[in-house]
Amino acid sequence: MGNTSSMLTQYDIEEVQEHCNHTFSLQEIASLYQRFCQLDRNGGGFISAEEFLSVPEFAVNPLSQRLFRMVDGLNFKEFVAFLSAFSSRATLQQKVEFIFKVYDLDGNGKVAFNDMLDVLRDLTGQFISEQQREQVLTHVLEEAGYKKDSFLGLADFMKILGNSGLKMEVEVPVD
Amino acid sequence: MKSSSSELELDRPNIEDYLPSDSFTLPPSPTRLLHLRDLLDISPTLTEAAGAIIDDSFTRCFKSNPPEPWNWNIYLFPMWCLGVVIRYGILFPIRVIVLTIGWIIFLSSYFSVHFLLKGQEKLRKNLERSLVELICSFFVASWTGVVKYHGPRPSIRPKQVFVANHTSMIDFIILEQMTAFAVIMQKHPGWVGLLQSTILESVGCIWFNRTEAKDREIVARKLREHVEGADNNPLLIFPEGTCVNNHYSVMFKKGAFELGSTVCPIAIKYNKIFVDAFWNSRKQSFTKHLLQLMTSWAVVCDVWYLEPQNLKPGETPIEFAERVRNIISTRAGLKMVPWDGYLKYSRPSPKHREQKQKSFAESVLRRLEQK
Repeated sequence: MGNTSSMLTQYDIEEVQEHCNHTFSLQEIASLYQRFCQLDRNGGGFISAEEFLSVPEFAVNPLSQRLFRMVDGLNFKEFVAFLSAFSSRATLQQKVEFIFKVYDLDGNGKVAFNDMLDVLRDLTGQFISEQQREQVLTHVLEEAGYKKDSFLGLADFMKILGNSGLKMEVEVPVD
Repeated sequence: MKSSSSELELDRPNIEDYLPSDSFTLPPSPTRLLHLRDLLDISPTLTEAAGAIIDDSFTRCFKSNPPEPWNWNIYLFPMWCLGVVIRYGILFPIRVIVLTIGWIIFLSSYFSVHFLLKGQEKLRKNLERSLVELICSFFVASWTGVVKYHGPRPSIRPKQVFVANHTSMIDFIILEQMTAFAVIMQKHPGWVGLLQSTILESVGCIWFNRTEAKDREIVARKLREHVEGADNNPLLIFPEGTCVNNHYSVMFKKGAFELGSTVCPIAIKYNKIFVDAFWNSRKQSFTKHLLQLMTSWAVVCDVWYLEPQNLKPGETPIEFAERVRNIISTRAGLKMVPWDGYLKYSRPSPKHREQKQKSFAESVLRRLEQK
């Protein structure tokens, strides 16, 4: 539909597959491309935050504000790479890395107490008081053997989330 | 909470009232204590976000489905080409002529009736009514509309409202052909707007501007007055408030269901065998949409006048609206989605997100207290 030709050549698809470590099949990428063109309403070749917001189911997500910063202005290759963590072929490592990136917005490779507090604030909003949030977080951190001022790296995330049976898969509809 | 019984509003309903409350909560093990990994594991929320990016039910409602390519076959292709020649070269000009003749007849008689019969209101009204029906028949003829009407033809009586699902402005023309309905509609620009304000006004149609809050009040008042009048044309409302692609039905605005009148559902289902009747107003103007219909073989559709419904004791207008939507969707084979069609024009309210936050917060607190 729309302005962009919905035909990708095999080369195009292989290039994208290379870029996302073969987490998506040929058909899945073709299907994602259709979706990409649909979301890219003005046909600029990238999806702006505004265009992502036009999907109500995404806009109401508690983490959407945070995810915007990761998705704003993605071109198709980046779009697929962004979604690759949700493929059933993605490794646990990739999935945990993705979660880590959501926490580590400034990208310094470390997650501090405040980063975790920010995410928890997005998730709970006004329904838990700020004070209570800090309390909860401090409590669980200490219970897991960390301190309030310790920084968590990717390895720590791997240790914490690695064996919890992480379920993070989205099926790409293929017709 | 809001008590909306006294003030009628065409305002959006609360999405919250429609949605099931199964938002994400922590993993279902109420006996376990809260651990760090329970808080750090944001995968359910992320999965939901990614799911919405990959595919979402709202966008699907407004997607025009491309026709299945059937003509790429050495035997069928020449036939298809012949069809194109016939459709554009023969059918289309004939249809334009038919429509022009229709307009000439309509306009000349309409204005003479309108100005010459000033004294006889009743006769004038009846004539104008049949003339509007006539021009709509010409429109339907101009796309070779093959419309099958099922059920009794609507009659004029007070205290009843007709509601139908909405796919294109041609729904209105198809229904108007049978009965001169007074319709509540978005004010359109261009020649459609001109028609709205001159001719359709005489059958009692009411216009509003979706974005004007003040218009809503005026419309609400006019609605009430119209329904009470005994001799007014039957009122037709498209409670979805926007065109949907005839595969889904979005939430109904509750305005039509708060009037205290009998609601008569009408289900319209288009057969996409020749042309997709969905008007994607973002992508095409109405003129282009009409041209598309006029160059196709035919517009095939079914119209069902369904069993009139009344508000049951103890039922809220929203529940009533949902019940009627269910009746229409079942008949027309539409999937119901919990979205407000106006989200095409605005963002969802923060309340919706807050509900998700609330359920997460509650599950955190619940497990914390179990210490």
